[in-house]
Amino acid sequence: MKPILIRGGHVVDPASGLDADRDLLLRDGRVSAVEAPGKLNAAAKQEAAEILDAKGLVVAPGLIDIHVHLREPGQGYKETIASGTAAAAAGGFTAVCAMPNTVPVNDSPETTRWMQSPERNALIRVFPITAATRGSMGEALTEYGALKAAGAVAVTDDGKPILGDSIMRQTLAAAARIGLPVIQHAEDTRMTGGCSMNSGALAFRLGLRGMPVEAESSLVERDIRMVAELKDSRAHLHVAHLSTAKALEAVKRARRNGLHVTCEVAPHHFVMNEEAVAEYNTHAKMNPPLRSEADREAMLEGIMEGAVDSIATDHAPHAAHEKEQEFERAPNGITGLETALGLTMAVLHGKHKLPLSRIISLLSTQSAAVLNLKGRGSLAVGSFADVVLFDPKGQWKFHASESKSKSKNTPFDGWTMLGKVSATISEGRVVYRS
Amino acid sequence: MKHLFKRRVSLLFYESSTRTRTSFELAAKQLGADTVLVSALSSSIEKGESLKDTGIALRALGAECIILRHPSSGAPYVLSRATGLPILNAGDGMHEHPSQALLDLRTILTHLRAAKATPVSETTLKGVTVTICGDIFHSRVARSNMLLLPRLGARVLLSGPQALLPETAASAGPGIVIERDFDKALNQSQVVMMLRIQAERLAGMNLDLDEYKLRYQANSDRIAAHAPDALILHPGPIIRGLEITSEVADGPQSAIAEQVRHGVAIRMALLVRALNAAPKGKRK
Repeated sequence: MKPILIRGGHVVDPASGLDADRDLLLRDGRVSAVEAPGKLNAAAKQEAAEILDAKGLVVAPGLIDIHVHLREPGQGYKETIASGTAAAAAGGFTAVCAMPNTVPVNDSPETTRWMQSPERNALIRVFPITAATRGSMGEALTEYGALKAAGAVAVTDDGKPILGDSIMRQTLAAAARIGLPVIQHAEDTRMTGGCSMNSGALAFRLGLRGMPVEAESSLVERDIRMVAELKDSRAHLHVAHLSTAKALEAVKRARRNGLHVTCEVAPHHFVMNEEAVAEYNTHAKMNPPLRSEADREAMLEGIMEGAVDSIATDHAPHAAHEKEQEFERAPNGITGLETALGLTMAVLHGKHKLPLSRIISLLSTQSAAVLNLKGRGSLAVGSFADVVLFDPKGQWKFHASESKSKSKNTPFDGWTMLGKVSATISEGRVVYRS
Repeated sequence: MKHLFKRRVSLLFYESSTRTRTSFELAAKQLGADTVLVSALSSSIEKGESLKDTGIALRALGAECIILRHPSSGAPYVLSRATGLPILNAGDGMHEHPSQALLDLRTILTHLRAAKATPVSETTLKGVTVTICGDIFHSRVARSNMLLLPRLGARVLLSGPQALLPETAASAGPGIVIERDFDKALNQSQVVMMLRIQAERLAGMNLDLDEYKLRYQANSDRIAAHAPDALILHPGPIIRGLEITSEVADGPQSAIAEQVRHGVAIRMALLVRALNAAPKGKRK
């Protein structure tokens, strides 16, 4: 692998507090030097490094998405690990964490290793998140030690949230002993049977059953009570795709009380509200659903004030025929890997003036920290050579038809984005160039 | 009257129907159109064919417009996107039943301003209060009426227990107020629209029917005491003895059969409008 010199760019590396013009030398899959402009030219020449001109570009640690559905094994018609990671690379990501609701459910070291094997042709690093209970049935715990040894970075039953008090307590305690976070898709499914959008006046008018915000907040509150009861165990609860002001308040309270509770918010939850569902647009159907404008604003404020740890996409590809159905029958989820940076930049940076270092932190550094991904989300010397180069002023239009994902189920077709990815480098290899 | 001579109209019915289906069919026939009926049972829908493919097949067979009844809210949007044809919504899930609301309106107008032939406007129903009572949450008829009638100036009162009438119903549009005391609502109303409890959509809801009848049934005593002059409507089907008694349904204030009769004229008008408005380029 040839060394790479990234020259003339503006490095934004929240991990080392760097926000300045720097050149970067990548060697053997690692960051080997970060120096003032021009200082690495001689070394680069000596090593016959490939030169990447980053003039006018931001050079940042590669983006990390801690919530994606890559659909393999079992549902390759929606996405494969190869196609999903290609979409991720195009979106500036160098690592993704793959949810276990595959077919079969990823609840074993074998499947966990299978997902990471070279035959999958992943363009970037894939970290499996494994099922917390066997088959995600909410009954018997999986083998957390063996799963961690096989590469699992967290446990979750994702779309089948752990409702039982006793099994959730066991999950939190066992995961804490092994040192794995527990991710909860917080939805009390006893309150959401037959529901396909947010509860409220719009759901009534559209004749659709609505999911109340309490279905999310009550489970977050229950989970936090359990973490509090297990305080000495250092249990770590991570709330997936938080979508309601009420649940965010619970997370903030837990943190004030010193509990290890983290949360992520998906771009669609701070960019759109439930109005996008009008005319029964199945590309705006996901779970948790798009919420009220007040909840959308709360997500935005939570991000701005630092209460939210990570922006994660919940990339959920579905085939065209699955989304072309009656609204209530269509599956939940939208793709997100190629629009995350563009939407985050447009809304948080462009509109709300959040500094670039905070953007990178939310999309990379803090995401790595949440799932304890060592050597990721940082450009400090010795870190993995995971780098994204993007033009922070570059406006572009997203066209779903050009997406590298196998599926095109996105509500953002034709939207104007800010922040154009110029190159993505994964462990020292250029995996995407625009 | 043969405005639609030899035009092709398809009726696509995923749910059972007596009034709506028959009156749409009669309406089309009276205008000279050829009609084809496809119902969920006895078609490839039973084999799992999608709404999209069913629509494409009907269009390929020459359908120029499709009348759709479907158990899923928003299904007409799916069919419209799939075929590009004009779609007449004959009831979709809990969402809307617009032709029913229009025939209800016609019935109301016939009774409230019998002699006047002036066109309807935003003030036509000014000063008129219409109470809709019963299973409003599950009712597409209620939604269409509560959105339509206030546009002509009517005030709509919704009455029913919490389980069948959520608070959010009042914010569905302007001019809608919840009055859970049915008697109080009746006292103010010139028109009363009773709704059936939709057992097939209740999905495990526990409802005390005796309590329900006590508070919300339209019976002779209640109507005589609180709305002796009001027009009584019901979109049907009626569950006699539950939401309404036979004495009221068959009584002098009832316009239930008249509603059904108006359905044909309303649906003739809708068909003419839909087919004349059909953009010719879109037919493939």
